[in-house]
Formats: sequence, structure tokens, C-alpha cells
Amino acid sequence: MFLKTITFAGAIALLGSTAIAGCGISSGNVSILSNDFPAIQAVTSAAATCAGDGVTVETNLTKDHKDIMVAALTANPAQYSSVIVSNSTLVTLMNDGLLRPLDEMVAKYGAALNKNQLITVNGKVMAVAFMANAQHLFSRVDVLKAAGVDSIPATYEEVLAAAEKIRAADLMEYPVALNTKAGWNLAEEFVNMYMGTGADFFKPGTAEVAINNKHGVATLEMLKSLVAYSNPDYLTYDSNATQAEWEAGNLALATMWGSRGSAVLDDEGSTAEVVAGTVLSAAPSWGNGPRPASTLWWDGIAISTNVSDEDAEATFAALMNGISPEVVKANNDAAVWLVEGYMPSPASVGVAGTASGGAAPYPMIPFMGALHGAIGAEISDFLQGSESAEQALIDVEAAYTAAAKEQGFLK
Amino acid sequence: MKNRTFFWFILPSLITMLLFIALPIVSVAVQSMHIEHEAVMVEVENCGPFGCKKELQIDVEETAKLKEERPLGQFNGIGTYTNRNHLAFIEIGLALQSSNGFLDFISKALNLPFYRALAFTLTYTFIVTPLVIFFGFIIALGVNTLPKRMKGPTIFISLLPMIVTPLIGSLILFWMIDANGILGSALQRIFDDPNLSLKASPALTWIMLMVYGVWHSAPFAFIVFYAGLQTVPGDTMEAAMIDGASRWERTRYVVLPHLMPLTVFILLIQLMDNFRVFEPIVSFSAQASATSLSWIIYNDLVGTESQFFGSAGATSVLTIIGVGILLIPVLIRTWRDFNQKVV
Repeated sequence: MFLKTITFAGAIALLGSTAIAGCGISSGNVSILSNDFPAIQAVTSAAATCAGDGVTVETNLTKDHKDIMVAALTANPAQYSSVIVSNSTLVTLMNDGLLRPLDEMVAKYGAALNKNQLITVNGKVMAVAFMANAQHLFSRVDVLKAAGVDSIPATYEEVLAAAEKIRAADLMEYPVALNTKAGWNLAEEFVNMYMGTGADFFKPGTAEVAINNKHGVATLEMLKSLVAYSNPDYLTYDSNATQAEWEAGNLALATMWGSRGSAVLDDEGSTAEVVAGTVLSAAPSWGNGPRPASTLWWDGIAISTNVSDEDAEATFAALMNGISPEVVKANNDAAVWLVEGYMPSPASVGVAGTASGGAAPYPMIPFMGALHGAIGAEISDFLQGSESAEQALIDVEAAYTAAAKEQGFLK
Repeated sequence: MKNRTFFWFILPSLITMLLFIALPIVSVAVQSMHIEHEAVMVEVENCGPFGCKKELQIDVEETAKLKEERPLGQFNGIGTYTNRNHLAFIEIGLALQSSNGFLDFISKALNLPFYRALAFTLTYTFIVTPLVIFFGFIIALGVNTLPKRMKGPTIFISLLPMIVTPLIGSLILFWMIDANGILGSALQRIFDDPNLSLKASPALTWIMLMVYGVWHSAPFAFIVFYAGLQTVPGDTMEAAMIDGASRWERTRYVVLPHLMPLTVFILLIQLMDNFRVFEPIVSFSAQASATSLSWIIYNDLVGTESQFFGSAGATSVLTIIGVGILLIPVLIRTWRDFNQKVV
């Protein structure tokens, strides 16, 4: 998920009137825009079973949902009555006032929800989360053992030491991978690593960036040490590439999204040896930092402002059906569900460990997107060795400042 | 044609050009001179599955009022054009003062996103364009001498790179040049270097993108030249043969001058196309080593969660100006030739 892969194929499924489940709605138009991965497919197809007399359900699952959501919801009436949002997209939509508070609907339809599923902003429920995600460590214990490493690394310093041993033992030349494709992915790795230091991205209470400090420099140095053990093509590696490399048995230590866990551990696309040796664990910490170097993400339901109250209510009710305990039970291993009745599986221990280790959520700040973009564009020069860490951070700050001025966050 | 008839003849296309080309360009230019309203911020408490935190949020109601008053945003003049992410006047000024020597200045300028993109865009344009014309001409000459029966299939195969959708074509190549791909591992064998990676070094990435550019565009030049070759006057060729001109001399003194107007045409089209190089950068995932002006526009609009319309508009206008500057010499030449013919 959260891929920046360029997928021009969006799946549009039009689901006609078939089964009438007990969704408790009699009329309304439901249309859902969302990212495209197995857990969300399960939710939206369950929501679609609410279609029937007077209720229509349409879904558009596409990796490019981020690019169309603002325009689609600005229209009045909005093109979609709901968007499946995450930490970062919720803020983008809220910045333009495109989402409605859900308190009343939660009171009416949300009896089965856990309290921690409610995303509240300034006291109002703006979204209902149903799954968690985070990047964390994937290890090949068989390779580690062959190199004389007996425990799974808990810090990035240990990751580096283990990688050196694997290389020295001639097991693999490039045992490490992170999602380091220049742009969004690389910036996300920087954000994860910087989060591990416990430092803030901005001067408190302002939109002024504050990453040009010793933590920023150390973060860049750590990333550079790690990519020294990555395949030289690392600046083109996104989630699809790292998963493929992992399943091909070319990696021993990788930081990947938790939502890739079940795909890696299933019996498709890889050898029994790789699957048997793969162990998921919490994201490592580093530099005596206070928390795992990762960011926590959630995916959840949000409802458009610009639709009729009737459609909004029908949409909410249909999606409540989509995230019901029965759906979660039937798709238990597809995600780390936040819903009642979820049973933790081997594919979820990494995300669960990262969360319980105290990792911070990805910042829900309106100008974080501008900083994320600036980081993604400016730090690859440093990793390629053509400029210093200090210069890279100066560049990031300058690029962010220009962008934030254009968006009205800075004067 | 009478002027009046000509006017009515051209009117429909004039109107559509105005509506669908001129007006959008004007709106882009207007947009590029605006930035978003100053955001009214409030500190609120956000809670979720992972706890609560006090964070800044946009005050939607206050911001909506501002937007209501002036939907375009704040007027910023050419502020977006001169900021660090575009022409970077201040940074360039500082670099001029502080740099020791020309090379140092260049490296400082190339650290700025716009100039880095411009450097690749211009290099790409000036290397790919002549190569496309050269290879297109050579292929056309070759195909023209083939026996009739083989011409059809050969032309079809030669056109394939152009028929394949650019994005698909470059993605296929991207996989082939991967260290595990057929071309990538072949190159590693040939150079006996297991660490050779076309994707890793900026220099090799540039070369790879340009090779792709030539591969993709040469068929266009080929088919235009091939059509032109069919019109080379037979009498002149025979006369040249009787005069004892060699094959090379006939090509140089008869065929080339005859095809000159076509060459100018291809040059115009290719300069415009190559200056807007975009797809290969996306599908080769090359943005760490090579960016182009079009890629910057794309990145402003879909690269991050928030969209930078003013910034994208400014880069678009700068691209249009760039295309204009590139084409002026060619256009002046065409104009002169045209006038000479009339006289």
C-alpha cells in the first residue's frame, strides 16, 4: 500500500443489485473511492452486498486514488460518497473541508466499533479506522544463522553488523533492502528513520521546518550506511520490487510494509526455503533512540461533505457492514485489523510489535505532505555521494520553504 | 483562394484552437501568478488508534471565507517563477557571488531542481534530435534499396518502436536492463563486471534514456524520409549516374538537398517532442539521476498528496517559452527560404 508505483490501471467494479444483507438501509447511493489491496477489496466487496432495493453501491479501487480524490469530492454533489483514507490523505481532504463529522452516524450504526477505531480531530469523529500498517523488519533467519548471527536484529546498528557478516561469509553481496525509490518511498524511509530519533520535524506550533540538525545528519548517515548493503539499483526500489527480490531469495534483511507480510508468507511466488526462513519483527530502533524507527499508519472510512444526508448515511451503514467482525474473520490474515474479533497471525507480529514498541503515527499535519515531497526530491544526491548531508538538509529545507509559501503555510 | 473564402474555411479550426489551446494556456499563465491563501491554523487535539496528540490543523471555515472572496488565491506576480524551485534568482545570485570559478558555479546551479531538469532536458534534446535524423535517414536509404518483396515486413518491423506505447516500451526495456534482465546481465558478462548497473549511475542512466529516445523516435524520421525518397526525381538521378557520380555523391548532392525541407520538418517536430521528454523518466524510475521540465510539472501535480497548481503552471509557461526559443532559429530559416522562393 501507499505505493507510488505508476499504475495506470484502475479497477472499476460496478456491482448490480444482488443479495440483500441486513445492512439496515432502504435507499441511497453509495460510491466508494479507495486504494487497491486485498484488505480493502474485502471491505468494499462486503459493503457492496448491501446493494438492493433502492440502494446502489459503486466502488473504484485504484492506486491513483490520491490524485483524483480532491477534485472528485470538491464537486457538488461529490463523485464519491466515501473515500478510504489514511493518516496523510485524511488531512489533505480535511484541509479543503471535504469530509463530514461522523459522530451521529457512529452513535446510530457504530455500536460494534472499538473506541480506538475512532479518529477524532478537535473532538469530532472524522474517520473510522479499520486496519493498521507500518514498515518493519523482515529477516531470513536461515541466512542469519549461516552467517553466525543467532538473534534477530533489534537495532539498525545490529542490522548493519549482521549485513556485514552475511557479506563477509559470501552468502549475499547485497543482503539489505528498504523501499528507497527516489520520491515518496525514499522520503518515507527518511521520515521513519528520523522518527526513531524522537526529534520533531517542525518548530512546535509553526510550519517552520527544523530537520537541519544533528538528528537529520545522523538519519542521512544511517540511511547511507544501510544502502551500502543494498543492490546498487536501490533508488528504483519500491514495495513491488523489494517484495519480488525478497521472494526471489536475494535478500536477508529488509524493511517492508506490514501489508506485504501475508503475501510474502503465503505459498505463492517464492520457494519453501525462503518462506520457512522468513520472520517478521518490529521495526528496529537506532542510535539509542526512544522508539522504533517507523511510522504507524491506519486506513479508515471517511464520508464526503458534498453528498445528501441520505446518501451519507447509506454509505456509512454499508461500510460498517464492510468492516463487520464477520468480514474480518473471513479475511483475518489480509491485514492487521483494528476490528473486534481479529486474531493476530505470523503476518501481523511485525506491525503489532512496532506499535507496542511505541512507534509514533505518521504526523497528521497539513504541511507534512510538502516536506515529504521535498525530502523525496533532495536527498538522493547525498546517497549517491554527490553532496554532503548538511547540504542535502539545507536543500530539503529550502525546497520545503518555497513549497509551503506557495501553499500559504509560510509567509 | 479569396481572403473571404479562406476566412470561412479556417474559422472552425480557429475557434477550436482558441478554445482548446489558447484559452487553457492563458488560464495556466494566470494560475501561475497566484499562490494559495494564507492558511488559518488552529491547534487541535487529534486522536486515533495510536493515541492523542496536539497538532496544527487548517481552520476550514476561515479558509473557506478567504477562498470565497478570491477563488484564484493570492496574487503573487512572478514570485513563483523566481522562487527556489524554479528560476531561483536569489540562489543563483548567491552562487555567483560565493563560487570560486565557473565549474563551482555550475555545480551550485545544478543543485537547484529547475536547472538540474533543464540540463538533462537540453542535453537530451540536442543529442537525441540529430541522432534520430541520422538513423532515420540511414534506415530509409537501406530499406529503399531492398527488393520489393521484403520492403513491407521490414517497414513494419522498423516502425514497431514507434507503434508500441511509450510507457510500455520503456517499461519493457527497464526490465530488460535490470541486473537480472537479459540486456543487463549480458552487459555484465561483456564487461566482466558483476556490479555494473545501468540504473545506479547517473551517467549510465542518461545514456540509457537517450538510447531509448533514439530507439523510440528514429522510426518517425525513417518513415518521413522513406516517403520523401519515393519522390526523388528519376531524371536527375540518371543524369548524375551518367556523369559518373558514385552512390555516395548521388546521396550527398541529389538526395540530401531534395530531402532538406523534410529534414527541417523532422527537426521542428523532434525539438518540440524531445524538449518535453517525460515517459521514459517515469517508467525507468530515473528521477534520482535525471529529471526533465515535464517531469517537474507531473511531480507538482501527482508526486505528493497536495497539488501545486501555481508551481506546475509556472513550469508549464517556462516550458512553452523554452520550446519557443528552441524553434526560433529553425522558423527564421524556414521563413527566409519561403521568402526567397517568392522572390
